[in-house]
Amino acid sequence: MKDMNILIVGVGGQGTLLASVILGKIALEEGYDVKLAEVHGMAQRGGSVVTHVRISENEVRSPLIEEGGADVILAFEELEAYRWIPYLKRDGVIFVNTQQIRPMPVILGTADYPEDVLGFLQENANKVTSLPALDIAAECGSAKAVNTVLLGAMAKELPFSKETWIRQIESTVKPKFIELNKQAFEKGYQA
Amino acid sequence: MEKKIMLGNEAFARGAFEAGVRVVSSYPGTPSTEITETAAGYEEMYVEWAPNEKVATEVAVGASIGGARALSCMKHVGLNVAADPFFTAAYTGVTGGLVLLVADDNGCHSSQNEQDSRYHGRGAGVPVLEPANAQECKDFMKFAYEMSEQYDTPVLIRSNTRVSHSRGIVTVEERQEHEVKPYKKNIPKYVAMPAMAKKLHIAQEKRLNQIQEDSKEYAINKMEINDKKIGIITSGICYQYVKEALPEASVLKMGIINPLPKALIEEFAAQVEEVYVIEEGNPFFEEQIRAMGLPAKGKDMFTIQGEYSANMIRKAFTGKEPEHAPAQEAAGRPPLMCAGCPHRGLFYILAKLKKTVLGDIGCYTLASLPPTSAMDACLCMGASITMAHGFEKARGKDAAKDTVAVLGDSTFFHSGITGLVNMKYNQSAGTVIILDNRITGMTGHQDNPSTGKNAKGEPAPAIDIAGIARACGVEHIVEVDPFDLPAVEKAVKEETAREELSVIITKRPCALIVKQPNIPHLVTDACKNCRKCMDIGCPAIEIAEGRPVIIAESCVGCGLCKDVCPFDAIKEEVK
Ligand SMILES: Cc1ncc(C[n+]2csc(CCOP(=O)(O)OP(=O)(O)O)c2C)c(N)n1
Repeated sequence: MKDMNILIVGVGGQGTLLASVILGKIALEEGYDVKLAEVHGMAQRGGSVVTHVRISENEVRSPLIEEGGADVILAFEELEAYRWIPYLKRDGVIFVNTQQIRPMPVILGTADYPEDVLGFLQENANKVTSLPALDIAAECGSAKAVNTVLLGAMAKELPFSKETWIRQIESTVKPKFIELNKQAFEKGYQA
Repeated sequence: MEKKIMLGNEAFARGAFEAGVRVVSSYPGTPSTEITETAAGYEEMYVEWAPNEKVATEVAVGASIGGARALSCMKHVGLNVAADPFFTAAYTGVTGGLVLLVADDNGCHSSQNEQDSRYHGRGAGVPVLEPANAQECKDFMKFAYEMSEQYDTPVLIRSNTRVSHSRGIVTVEERQEHEVKPYKKNIPKYVAMPAMAKKLHIAQEKRLNQIQEDSKEYAINKMEINDKKIGIITSGICYQYVKEALPEASVLKMGIINPLPKALIEEFAAQVEEVYVIEEGNPFFEEQIRAMGLPAKGKDMFTIQGEYSANMIRKAFTGKEPEHAPAQEAAGRPPLMCAGCPHRGLFYILAKLKKTVLGDIGCYTLASLPPTSAMDACLCMGASITMAHGFEKARGKDAAKDTVAVLGDSTFFHSGITGLVNMKYNQSAGTVIILDNRITGMTGHQDNPSTGKNAKGEPAPAIDIAGIARACGVEHIVEVDPFDLPAVEKAVKEETAREELSVIITKRPCALIVKQPNIPHLVTDACKNCRKCMDIGCPAIEIAEGRPVIIAESCVGCGLCKDVCPFDAIKEEVK
């Protein structure tokens, strides 16, 4: 692997940061350079959030992935996948949680939620993997595990071993949630 | 030596720790907050949240006079609040090393402006350092303390959102203790009164000249001579964008950005064919470099607005852009008050009563968005009270009956108290509403003087807001639960009608810091589709198939929607 740019997008409060922290640790463990960029503050109150993960054999310069620069988009929500698609490389892949969270302008009727987001993604990505991560997480016992379900789905396609992922999940989440998250990861992996 | 992934802000804190800093006093503000939060985790350092940045900076100055290495961190606008001590500490210099850290917010991710704090450093006449990644955050912090003590000056470190909020690999080292220096009375140095200040000013000018002279040797500057056609002078995060976009170009990366390392700039310019200055914000470098007589290009190619990117720089130089899907018209997703937020009840009533709301900065600023749209102005911290006073003096006491000032607890302690004193002293008839949610919410839940805990999470005296209002001479003080809508409505009506100063304190903790009932509510068949529940702007209520529904996963069971429903159609879900 020369380098890998992963853009993680979602809605403030969905737990997108955990995914990037785990990816960062994996990259460090495997001897790559890595930079992560995230948004704190205002946007965390239910706004659109994005985390950039850049992993490389060489020195990573900018912490940001820009338009046309992402190898992978990991989307926690459909509208956010739709919004961030210009960031995907032409041959990039998307993992998307088939959940729709309507933003206030849609709720108030001043904007529309896009129709057939999955169809649109298909047309604009090399490969789209969609999964109902929220339902899967709920089956595992907590809606909060959406992030680990999605990580599991993505892990299958990234060049790091499953053991490495699990080890870093263990080293990152609170001890009492380890079992839940391992199960969520496994379900995502199998999905 | 151990390597860790660290947030830029964590690396700043680590740098302070390793540099032997003993006293840290700060006020939170995105994107600087995590520095102080991380510092609070190191036992060896005394770390506190001060009520505002002026207080924090003065505490750090005092610690420095007292012989310890000291730090104060703030966001860009915080440096305006701290400007007074900052500009004069630049004259008096230091005993223990003194560093102020300011984090700018190019792109306005979480701020009211895109202030370029480099001008403050130049205006005050202090050296300014600017790191470009997490490792440099740590290294520059340590270098700043060496500089501060060597040249007898405070040092300003300038960060921004992308440096502070990016993670990278950092090599951590041991802490080097710096004993507290013995205290020696030194009136000419530390008493800044006219006769002494004149001499201090001369000393300050001398040391800046010395720094400028020495700066060509500083290892924090990097000259990279590659292809000589394009020579780029830059600093901080822009350096990363430049390396990404133009790996072949020659680059002068300045680690010290005030005073500019002029000798290096001349040496660099002499080696390249064309000099370009790449800096976000105003032409701070460019104007100075042009004043040196060097023909440099900069803002004729690049904007003063927002953030830069590698794509933008690549396009400007090569005309090339990566291929990608076109941007879609996508519904915006503005941030919102959370489900269960205690502020919601108050703003529902203010919107209902059509009050003019002179607002302030905090989570409650979100009330200015639809559907409540219940805020008319927001300027800077503390300005709600003072603007309401000015509004009344312009429009008379009757206008005051339709007007309220609204601010949060942390904001009240930050800079609301002096405004309240002014209102009393200058006989205002206004109404001030203080939202006491027992925390500093917007910046991610820091303790403040009202919360009963300090920055290290230990118990601390809680300062009573009503007591302060009383001490300011306010005679009408009402405390209400913002979810008791009839009580809120009554209080707002009565207190605004009164031709005397009043304070209403809404008391209910932030929904994210206390356990919520978490019994989801649902809309029953009794619903007449009047949509009153939509007026509260709760993210857990949406319209599906033409009627309001409550999203069970989002609802925390606060029950506010139940209280506004005129048909009693909203009930707790029975499991
Ligand atoms: C001078 C200055 N310092 C810091 C900030 C960052 N800031 C924005 S809102 C806020 C605190 C808000 O707390 P509070 O008033 O208690 O309201 P809450 O968010 O809890 O509703 C802070 C520190 C700022 N905008 N300006």
